[in-house]
Amino acid sequence: MVRVEFLGPIQKDALEIEISNLNELAAILQDDEELQEWLKNSAVAVNDKIVVSLDVALNDGDKVSLLPPVCGG
Amino acid sequence: MLELYDGALDVPTILKEWYEAERESNYGAYIPFVGTVRSEDGIDGLSFDIYEPILESWFNAWQARAKAKGAIVKMAHARGDVMVHESSYISAVFSPKRRVALELIDSFVEDFKASAPIWKYDLIGGERIYAKDRSTAIAGSGILGVKE
Repeated sequence: MVRVEFLGPIQKDALEIEISNLNELAAILQDDEELQEWLKNSAVAVNDKIVVSLDVALNDGDKVSLLPPVCGG
Repeated sequence: MLELYDGALDVPTILKEWYEAERESNYGAYIPFVGTVRSEDGIDGLSFDIYEPILESWFNAWQARAKAKGAIVKMAHARGDVMVHESSYISAVFSPKRRVALELIDSFVEDFKASAPIWKYDLIGGERIYAKDRSTAIAGSGILGVKE
């Protein structure tokens, strides 16, 4: 199982799903109407490292985080 | 050094502690940046969420960059609510000479605004509203929204 967490202002509980790469996750999340805007502007981290491509394999126990636009300070 | 506090920062104490920690480290320059919540657009204050694991790795990468120039960076940030005229953010650079510190504080604070995983909300009339228009997408954002 891969845990998917939605950070900051994305009001959505974490998911636990059976997927083996980020392309599969993209297809699943794109079916969720509430997430459409967030998918377009959020960064993605796998095990707390930002990734810039969907060509990332996922293994059992991995964590994927969605990081919407930031504004510290 | 990365310090996270619940609520507003105690500015005099933090600046003094950082100064005293490095006063004998032979740095010629100490340049702090203090961010204060301004009264504007009818807000009572701001509120912050922080994702600590990625904030720490982001900060550690900057510490390594500073070290390569013989400098160090320090940063303190608030979690939760910070009211108008209180401080939510302090960062500082210590370096042997002023030029490195002046340049580092600029690039460090700018990258902080663009990349640090912190989310800001306006506090208005008891509501907590995401400051969407003032937020910046992290580099590489949007890959999950691209349809095949």
